[in-house]
Amino acid sequence: MTTWIAIGLTAVGCYLAKLLGLLAPPASMERPLVRRLAALLPVALLAALTALQTLDGGDGAVVVDARLAGLAAAGAALLLRAPFLLVVGSAVLVTAGCRALGG
Amino acid sequence: MRATPSRMHVCVREMNEIDLRSTAYGFAVMEKSTDLSDPPTGDARAATLRDSLGVGLAVGLSGFAFGVTAVSGGLSAAQACVLSLLVFTGASQFALVGALAGGGNPYTAAAGAFFLGVRNSFYGLRLSSVLNPSRRTRPLVAHWVIDETTAVTLAQPNRPLARLGFAVSGTTLFVCWNLTTLLGALGAGSIGDPNAWGLDAASPAVFLALLAPMLRSTAERATAVLAVLLGLACLPLLPTGVPVLVAALAAPLVLLFAGRRGRDTVAGPADAGGSGEGMVP
Repeated sequence: MTTWIAIGLTAVGCYLAKLLGLLAPPASMERPLVRRLAALLPVALLAALTALQTLDGGDGAVVVDARLAGLAAAGAALLLRAPFLLVVGSAVLVTAGCRALGG
Repeated sequence: MRATPSRMHVCVREMNEIDLRSTAYGFAVMEKSTDLSDPPTGDARAATLRDSLGVGLAVGLSGFAFGVTAVSGGLSAAQACVLSLLVFTGASQFALVGALAGGGNPYTAAAGAFFLGVRNSFYGLRLSSVLNPSRRTRPLVAHWVIDETTAVTLAQPNRPLARLGFAVSGTTLFVCWNLTTLLGALGAGSIGDPNAWGLDAASPAVFLALLAPMLRSTAERATAVLAVLLGLACLPLLPTGVPVLVAALAAPLVLLFAGRRGRDTVAGPADAGGSGEGMVP
């Protein structure tokens, strides 16, 4: 049930965020502070999520495991301008490979 | 979900030379758009269709990883599919599923997902002037306002092609994302331990792929580093899902710092951070 609550809130919140942009007067975009916060907020969230989902060992512990090797592969693929699927695919393959080798 | 730099380049025409990687979701792209009343030629329409379908197919397919991640994180197949149908913005979906899998509070989990979805508001602001949808279609158009459709739409040289690009990329993405979510959710049970397949690395890789093109200037990089430090520092101290929200404070903190520095160096009471795109030298 709590999962459905979270799903409902996320669905409503994300839809309203999308709609708000289409309904808002374009002038609201001109405020420099709004613009900058809009640009930096996803940067902060995505950076934190990348790190946390790579290093979170559960129970509040930071652990280094095969996921970090996978993320490094994804980073290398991004530097080579690989397509989205290849970036995600290389992270998955390298992580699986490290685990298969006992990493 | 978001197109990668190389995908983005596909969308960019010779006649409309815009480097989408350097404009962070093309906020600056509109200024480059040519005459909005130009009737599109057959070639231009074919190119728009090709770009839209390509982006839609490539990115939509990563829904498979989402379906597997969601179900192996404890959600039912139905819940995974409802998320893809109704939320339909990949980063928020991965963030929500990750927080719930870690045993996070549903409200904290939803808050993290919502804050990630707020960026779509700013795409909507841009798209409403490019697409100029009627009042009645706005609620429908809104559901498709995401990273990829914005990138494709803003790369088009005129309004008819922008509308075509938005409609085709939106349709392709929506169909692929939902079908592959269903496949992943149903297949999750038969592949055994998803971690053995490295599928737990898919979600952070998606986040990294979204983040990479945003790291253009010192301000973005400083925000990213500060957010990582804040998030990791809070990990042992706060319940699941909360460290991400604390890390979001990196954005206003960097703005505050940049604003103060701007005031120190620039004469006069400039509005926090001065003018122009870059905020930190």
